[in-house]
Amino acid sequence: MTEFTPLLSFAGGLLIGLSAVTLMLFWGRIAGMTAILGGIVPPLDRDWAWKATFLAGAILAPAVLAVSGVKVEFDVPVPLAALIIGGVVTGIGVTFGSGCTSGHGICGLARFSKRSAVATVTFMVFAFITTYLIRHVFGGF
Amino acid sequence: MRYVTVFLIGALFGLGIVLSGMGNPAKVLNFFDLAGTFDPSLIFVMAGALSVAIPGYALIFRRRQKPIFGETFVLPKARQIDGRLVGGSAVFGIGWGIAGFCPGAAIPALGLGHGGAFIFVASLLTGIVIARAIIRADFFGATPKTAGQQKI
Repeated sequence: MTEFTPLLSFAGGLLIGLSAVTLMLFWGRIAGMTAILGGIVPPLDRDWAWKATFLAGAILAPAVLAVSGVKVEFDVPVPLAALIIGGVVTGIGVTFGSGCTSGHGICGLARFSKRSAVATVTFMVFAFITTYLIRHVFGGF
Repeated sequence: MRYVTVFLIGALFGLGIVLSGMGNPAKVLNFFDLAGTFDPSLIFVMAGALSVAIPGYALIFRRRQKPIFGETFVLPKARQIDGRLVGGSAVFGIGWGIAGFCPGAAIPALGLGHGGAFIFVASLLTGIVIARAIIRADFFGATPKTAGQQKI
């Protein structure tokens, strides 16, 4: 079980939204992790530098939080093989689907993109089905 | 200065992810587990993010011709809903349901220093490289021009 955290989750969501809006305002770019991460995978994008800087901020801020002793709930309830298979499958899917939760699910929906709406509904539905199958049909990990 | 802003914007993103619970695979998988240990928290993440991003984007696009640092807003041009979009998203959903990490959540989770996030991100990068190789090789013969040139 994990604790239901509507306020903290909403507050975290506000920060994510603020990040998306400020990236558009200052840099004119979509805050989509697939494109940002993809930009630093060789062959590097021509504009890899801002992407690398964004990633550095996104990694260092939680590190500061963790080092300063703030308790952040974190648990990986799946075995190593599931992380590896899930990671490879996710990497293939987001590359073909041109985006993930941040790009389609937040930035795309926020500008009323039909493509992003279709992508978001699709990956959510498939995630629900996959979790259902793993936990309730195959008996979990 | 430009790069200071994007660093801070990335930091905002990372903080939002870990505070919201998106960066915690246990919470994400419970969100997907409607028939079991369902935790609806993550719908509040989406609500929080969109409640800022929808009016924020609208205001920016209405008030400004270009971003503060740059000449144009760089927005995706694709409009068509095709097999690649839907198929790719379906595959992503399967991966998300297996591991409990999405890319935007796994990157900030690296900062928390747990091994699981590192293994996931290494696998994620491998998946991106594999997908690019498939696309480069035109494995599915998706390009109409190539298909037309095929000889029987």
